[in-house]
Amino acid sequence: MEKSSRNPSANRASSETELLVTSVTEPVKSWPIGVLVRTRLIEFSRRPAAVFWTYVFPLVMMFILGSAFRSQGESPSQVGILLGSQAEVLKQKLQSSPDLVVAVVDLEDGLRRLRAGRLAVLIRESARTNRGTETFPFELIYDPQRIGARTAELLVQRQLRISEGVPESYQFHRVPYSEPGGRYIDFLVPGLIGMVLLGGGLWGVGYAIVDMRIRKLLKRFLATPMRKSDFLLGIVFSRMMFVIPQIAVIMLASYLGFSVTNHGSWFEFALLVLLGGLQFAGVGLLIASRAKTMETMSGLINLAMLPMWTLSGIFFSYENFPELIQWPIRLLPLTPLLDTLRGVMLDGNSLTQHPIELALILSWTVGTFGLALWLFRWTDGQ
Amino acid sequence: MKFAIDCRNLVKTYAAKPPVQAVRGIDLQVEYGECFGVLGPNGAGKTTTIEILEGLLSATSGDVQVLGCTWERDSAEIRQRIGVSLQETVLSDDLTVAETVRLFRSFYRRALPVEQALSRVSLQEKAHARVNKLSGGQKQRLAVACAIVSEPELLFLDEPTTGLDPTSRREVWEIIRQLRANGRTILLTTHYMDEAQRLCDRVAIFDEGRVIALDTPDQLIRSLGGDQVVRFSFARRQDPQQHLSPDATFLDRLRGMPTVSHVESVSDRVQLTCQQFPVVVTVLIEFLHQHDYVLSDLSTREATLDDVFIHLTGKRLEGSAA
Repeated sequence: MEKSSRNPSANRASSETELLVTSVTEPVKSWPIGVLVRTRLIEFSRRPAAVFWTYVFPLVMMFILGSAFRSQGESPSQVGILLGSQAEVLKQKLQSSPDLVVAVVDLEDGLRRLRAGRLAVLIRESARTNRGTETFPFELIYDPQRIGARTAELLVQRQLRISEGVPESYQFHRVPYSEPGGRYIDFLVPGLIGMVLLGGGLWGVGYAIVDMRIRKLLKRFLATPMRKSDFLLGIVFSRMMFVIPQIAVIMLASYLGFSVTNHGSWFEFALLVLLGGLQFAGVGLLIASRAKTMETMSGLINLAMLPMWTLSGIFFSYENFPELIQWPIRLLPLTPLLDTLRGVMLDGNSLTQHPIELALILSWTVGTFGLALWLFRWTDGQ
Repeated sequence: MKFAIDCRNLVKTYAAKPPVQAVRGIDLQVEYGECFGVLGPNGAGKTTTIEILEGLLSATSGDVQVLGCTWERDSAEIRQRIGVSLQETVLSDDLTVAETVRLFRSFYRRALPVEQALSRVSLQEKAHARVNKLSGGQKQRLAVACAIVSEPELLFLDEPTTGLDPTSRREVWEIIRQLRANGRTILLTTHYMDEAQRLCDRVAIFDEGRVIALDTPDQLIRSLGGDQVVRFSFARRQDPQQHLSPDATFLDRLRGMPTVSHVESVSDRVQLTCQQFPVVVTVLIEFLHQHDYVLSDLSTREATLDDVFIHLTGKRLEGSAA
């Protein structure tokens, strides 16, 4: 175009030819509605993110959640028996059922597993009743808010009937376990804290940086003597300062509303929250290191968040998943954070009881920051 | 050091298929204290060149010295001493004007107080206004305030008035004139020829990654061989509405007229450049009369850098009045 206009006469000649061509019109045969529909379909198919969210995402969710909750039907119920004189005998009886996985545990371990959703019910010998009365000489400790407890109870009942021939009217003495620390809400709050840290790092750090890159603000900063490390540390520190009130609000609300509290050391809890915030700031920084458009960034953030949201155990224990995919789940950055948070908050563990989780968190933090600094682009050009 | 900017045989090729040669061998020497204009259409390589000089892009080849330093060795030093206003930086909407300047100020060893930087661009009354409440011209002045807060020896302004209304453009021009009067060296890019003509001591005209002319605006215009542009159309006396196209003989006769240096025609419009338009117009009317033609349209104006650009490239600069 620019080349041809160099010579005015050539330009004139070409516009005359154009005039000749366009002067031959023909009837328009396509229907506007047909073309409009076609145009929309083309636009949609050329937007990979839209295709992903419409077609791939529901399938991914289906397979992930499907495999997680398959255990409610096909896979065996997890049952714990408290240590005692009858424990081993009872274990033998129950184990002959393919629908039950039985472990003998002490009270502390049993309650912890119950809280973490790793046991559906906990069976305890009962002092109150004897054989010959209408109830089993066992108590069934369970969390009434959790699905799966009732199924486990029926399975245990059936198995005892088969092996002992006890009448069908026999019932367990049920002991609902819902003290603070053992309820679903106690399980959920650490999950929500992890979720908030994850979202804050990815959106608060990652999205903010890409936004500045798109607005050419990063480039403008680069033209000043500003030290790059100052800038990146500034972003991360300010993120850390958001984290503290954010988590404080969640803790306060869950205490006032549900009496949820931290059974561990508050110092270690705060340290863990900061470590988690730092880890996800690193992940956000890494995702943002190259992205040049908001579409790319939103896609990358969702891609990073989706597996952690669904797999890492925010809302339900990842131990419902088949054993095979549990170890990759444990490697995701959110999983060790949630496991340690629950260890501290629910069981009052000290951080030293979670060395592997802490090592994972630190590796993610160092790894993402290192990689992000290496990949980071300040401008959208070359 | 002799030059504020000394750039020799600068080449920038972007990796692509096929590779894009944005800058194809540019030499520029900007003296201390001058306002130097880089003029050219979009895609001429202006921004690529200025961003290499600002240290934001690396050159494919060529030597660049800024304030006697090179980007490879003294980048931190250069950044302390230059000020930059990029094309289309979007400053944070939610900060106030003063907060924005304070942020940029914090990056330098020495800088003006915030109020002073703002008063230089007449924004002191907007100090506490949010950036998103500013007009386009005010935002541009804020960008300039951020660029001059460190009292830079050398100031880069990339298209400082693009997209502004005429009043705002004049305000920005006034700021640039004052900076220049204070002895600041300024390199500005623009695709407005009037801007270059008004502000710049010297102008380099860029086209397709090369410098096609470099001189003072007056000299460039004079190089056309005249500083008046005469445009006219003509017709037969009997049918004055029907404009005619000139033939080759007619154009040759025009070229032979006194002080005429350049003649061109686009369909029925004839344009010539001359030094003494009253003489030319008198001769022209007489000539047309002899051949039973009449003038059906006539205008004259001063030649501008736009004419220089058209003369050199056959293209029109974008954004300039037709």
